[in-house]
Amino acid sequence: MKRRVVMLEAAAGPLYWVILGSSLWVLLRGHNEPGGGFIGGLLAVSASILWAVSHGSGAARRRLPLKDPLRLAAAGVLLAGFSGLPAWLGGQPYLTHLWGKLPLGFMEYKVSTVLLFDLGVYACVWGALAGYALALLELDEGPPEEERR
Amino acid sequence: MSALVATPVLVPLATVALTALAAGRPRLQQVLSGLGSLALLLCALLLLGQVEGGEGARLAFGNWPAPFGIEFHVDRLSAALVLVTALMGSASLLFLASDADPGRRHPLLLPLLHGLLVGVGGAFVTADLFNLYVWFEVMLICALGLLALGARPDQLDGAFKYMVLNLLGTLLLLISVGAVYAATGHLNFTALSQAAPSLPPALAAVLLTALLLSLLLKSGAFPLYAWLPASYHTLPGPVLALCAGLLTKVGVYAVLRLTGDVFAPVPALLPEALGWIACATMLFGVLGAAYHWDMRRILAFHIVSQIGYILLAIALDSAAGNRAALFYTVHHIVVKATLFLLAAMIWRYTGSYDLRRIGGLFRARPRLALLFMVPALSLVGIPPLSGFWAKLVVLQEALARGHYAWTAVALLVSVLTLYSMMKIWMEAFWKDHPQKGWSLPRNTRLAPAWCATLSLAAVTLWISFAPQALLAYAEAAALSLGGGR
Repeated sequence: MKRRVVMLEAAAGPLYWVILGSSLWVLLRGHNEPGGGFIGGLLAVSASILWAVSHGSGAARRRLPLKDPLRLAAAGVLLAGFSGLPAWLGGQPYLTHLWGKLPLGFMEYKVSTVLLFDLGVYACVWGALAGYALALLELDEGPPEEERR
Repeated sequence: MSALVATPVLVPLATVALTALAAGRPRLQQVLSGLGSLALLLCALLLLGQVEGGEGARLAFGNWPAPFGIEFHVDRLSAALVLVTALMGSASLLFLASDADPGRRHPLLLPLLHGLLVGVGGAFVTADLFNLYVWFEVMLICALGLLALGARPDQLDGAFKYMVLNLLGTLLLLISVGAVYAATGHLNFTALSQAAPSLPPALAAVLLTALLLSLLLKSGAFPLYAWLPASYHTLPGPVLALCAGLLTKVGVYAVLRLTGDVFAPVPALLPEALGWIACATMLFGVLGAAYHWDMRRILAFHIVSQIGYILLAIALDSAAGNRAALFYTVHHIVVKATLFLLAAMIWRYTGSYDLRRIGGLFRARPRLALLFMVPALSLVGIPPLSGFWAKLVVLQEALARGHYAWTAVALLVSVLTLYSMMKIWMEAFWKDHPQKGWSLPRNTRLAPAWCATLSLAAVTLWISFAPQALLAYAEAAALSLGGGR
């Protein structure tokens, strides 16, 4: 049985969402400033690791989108690959990215297929590295039946 | 359409993702994997038809033009190798449906196999030096995963040896790619071939030597071939056939692409050194094979020895030599994979890969014995099989260039190859089974295995009896390389 650390568990609740939120912010600012899918994905992995340390890796795995690191990574690869297809249909080389503007009233937000690509990288990095990290953390936890209390 | 050029990577990559998503459902995963390999085969055929007429097809990703962006370039050489890759992928996946040494059914097996095809396809079509390194890395990761999937102690041992030596090669490759970039400011093949003549000759020789050393390690050439026979025999049969057919040949292809195309003409010392390395590779490979009794180890050592022949053809440093190298590579991939698949079928019938513990198959399965003769004798180079033509074009050019010593070594190695193949045939088929009262196992499910091996043998026979088609194609491919200009 894993020892519970109450302070860590209490802090992990809000911190998880703060880290995930900042990872999304890093993902979105990545077009013209440092950031992007890869770094955002790494931040998201750290949120998963925090949850695994405080609540166990099984719980952290169930918190991932699609409930499984492998499926998350595969979906990311598909999304990133798909982002190059619209250009293909328009007769341009694969992965040529298309840009558009979304008026929000107070500002214009640039939307593009690059965002889809970045989201794919984000999901792939999050899934693949969280998969490794959770599997390694699991080695310390003993048999999985015990930690699912 | 340039759209086809990316398919050798995109089709298997999509299959990797889809089969990984379907990891919980084995049937769906198999259907997706089969469809993916058929789609790859179709794309490869279309690609071959497209480049056969003319210049070859290019694709600059994201519309970033060369020399800044990353380009894929498919010429005749690449198209032929992509087609063989797709063919081998389909044959191995078909074979996997039989019960001949399939190994443990891990949900990641099919994604990793297709991942291997991604790496191989990417390496064959890329026109960017750093991108080439990336595809080698993809292959390394997937092969490592395939080696470790079974989690048996000997597999982990093999995976460790494979990883240490291959990581060394990968690191050296990365360092030398970086050095090439520092010296020329380019990574694109076309830009490199224009920038290379202005380099100081000594610097060019050092850079190219470092690149070739890492690629030779990856192709299993003398003296750093130990990782290959130490790890391959732990793989399950069909996976082994795919790895044996393709992985080392990617290293050889990269050697051919760099010396015969991008950096051609290379400093004269390099082909000379490569020729002697090729001779040592041939000789040590075949001697290693003569010592062993495990069929997989014998055949793994023969990969090393045959790599020597292809390297010899490249070392001749002429258009005819490059033609011979392409012909030999295509012949060798098909024949080698068939031999490994047949060894897995022998394992299913007799229960062991160890030649000392099996026998009696000629009486029980005469058709298998005949089928085995086709790739075995072709590997040796008995006329009129494909290996004879392959060796003929290599040796003709070696003699024409006055390399009598290399020719003599190659002929000697052929005789020793005959000895190994006859050893397998005599022990597995001709002699009686050492166990008294041994009989064939009942309830074998080998129809897919027969289908896969028969079609590969048919390809070998087609090359054997109509070599002119492939020879003419290889000649056109060699002439379009930089070395033929």
